[in-house]
Amino acid sequence: MTHDAPRLLPCGDTAFTIEFGKRIDAHLSARVLALDAVLAARALPGLLETVPTYRSLTVHLDPLRADPAELGRAVLALAGEPLAAVPSTRLWRIPVVYGGEFGIDLEAVAAHHGLAPGTLIERHSAPEYRVAMIGFLPGYAYLEGLDPGLALSRRPSPRPLTPAGTISIGGAQALVASIAAPSGWHLLGRTPEKTFVPERDPVFLLRPGDRVRFVPTPAARWDALAAAAEAGELVAELCEG
Amino acid sequence: MNAHLHLARLTGAASLQDGGRRGYLRFGLSASGPMDPLAFAAANRLVGNAPDAAALELGLAGASLRAEGGAARLALAGATSGLRLDGEPAAAHRSFILREGSELRIERPREGVFAYLAVSGGFAARSVMGSRALHQRAALGGLDGRLLREGDRLPLAASTTGEAEHGLDPIPLEPAAPIRVVLGPQDDHFPQAGLATFLGQTFTVSNRADRMGYQLDGPEIAHGPGGFNIISDATVAGSVQVPGSGRPIILLADRQTTGGYPKIATVISADFRRIAQRRPGETVRFAAVDLATATRLAREEAARIAALSSRLKPVEGEAERLMAANLAGAAVDALRAED
Repeated sequence: MTHDAPRLLPCGDTAFTIEFGKRIDAHLSARVLALDAVLAARALPGLLETVPTYRSLTVHLDPLRADPAELGRAVLALAGEPLAAVPSTRLWRIPVVYGGEFGIDLEAVAAHHGLAPGTLIERHSAPEYRVAMIGFLPGYAYLEGLDPGLALSRRPSPRPLTPAGTISIGGAQALVASIAAPSGWHLLGRTPEKTFVPERDPVFLLRPGDRVRFVPTPAARWDALAAAAEAGELVAELCEG
Repeated sequence: MNAHLHLARLTGAASLQDGGRRGYLRFGLSASGPMDPLAFAAANRLVGNAPDAAALELGLAGASLRAEGGAARLALAGATSGLRLDGEPAAAHRSFILREGSELRIERPREGVFAYLAVSGGFAARSVMGSRALHQRAALGGLDGRLLREGDRLPLAASTTGEAEHGLDPIPLEPAAPIRVVLGPQDDHFPQAGLATFLGQTFTVSNRADRMGYQLDGPEIAHGPGGFNIISDATVAGSVQVPGSGRPIILLADRQTTGGYPKIATVISADFRRIAQRRPGETVRFAAVDLATATRLAREEAARIAALSSRLKPVEGEAERLMAANLAGAAVDALRAED
């Protein structure tokens, strides 16, 4: 297939963005993650951090150790080469209690799509998602792979506070929320897993490129799983390979 | 009890900051760190610290602090107006000793926003994810992951001995200088009229201003046919977002790491402190520079920070007063020899 040529966009003297496109799309996300892996392997002088998103990679640099324009051109050249897709070796199986107090928008979203709530749960938990980006707030994992038939634009007004662990959808995006925050997305469920714990190693459970599956879990198990997570246990299951 | 500063009174915002928390942008956590990196480094250098040691950042704040459990060698730099040591006027931009039981009063600044109080040896807050800097929204770092409040006790990492005292020339705040930007990453999202408004008109810092970002009031920047939503991409320190209102928001030290508004330009890193020191109600004009100029200015700013140590000047202080009283001439000679 043909690709749009990647573009180099300046972000001042400490960063630049390589833009692969302007859509949420599995192919774009795969190219972003592939370039990210290439840069991680090269250790270019002056390159500090990279931030993958659905459709772009931002490179943060030290302007004392690298010329931003030169480094930008070098990374753009790498982005234009054929990029081997990076196989993700990590798959997370994340328990989710859907509906009721855990997902207060489940019934309305199901009704909007003309689905039974159980069918919505099946279709939301069917795909293998991939973490396309983490951003906005610490540990907020934005997933690629939502069933296009479930896409739904945001609520007209955001809710002032939604709980940590919220599993929600907004447009074509699916989200695992790490901490409590305002949100205009549709809340389908909640996971007892903690994806951001500053005192834990690793601090952040999910990494860009990780695969994710949601495991529908009975509400009756919430208390036990939440207590285990609170005690520092992993309640999500990590499958390597 | 170990030596600490007791924050007896505080009006305004105060937090502990250090050089910042690096390496977590891809996990959605911005670096935090000082809003005015030059003033922060100056305060640290004045007390003999590494330029990125943990120091107290005061934002439009007045405060009273008392040394308890020991003396502290302190310096204040940045947006400062008046200091009093046990009621006696004292100077900013120089180091001084706060004796055990003595009180330092810092007045709210009349110009600028951020002042830095550094202590010799630094503050002994716990490092979280490699940094002591407070990230308020993530409740990380600082003292217990929060802003400081009256009654807090700030533990000192080291006890103070009688070092020589030093001064630095104050750093001009330049409240009228244009804020220089590099256009992009989404300048092509805006029509010519929108770019002309951005670069030609005068904006004002609004009251919606904090360590995450400053929202500006003023003329509306017109969006192009693409509207005001983009598929979220990464932000940087100094990103100038233009949301649906057409009024720009400048993202700062505690910013969100990704965002869905187009970014018309980026404040150059050398002018980050200049925009940060601009108060609500003060004006902002933008001027575009090219990337090569921005890079040169970044290197000059880094050289300015690196040169702080060599620009420290001995000032008349405790040692000189003792000498004047003819009590400790030999000790003073020994101190002089170290300069």
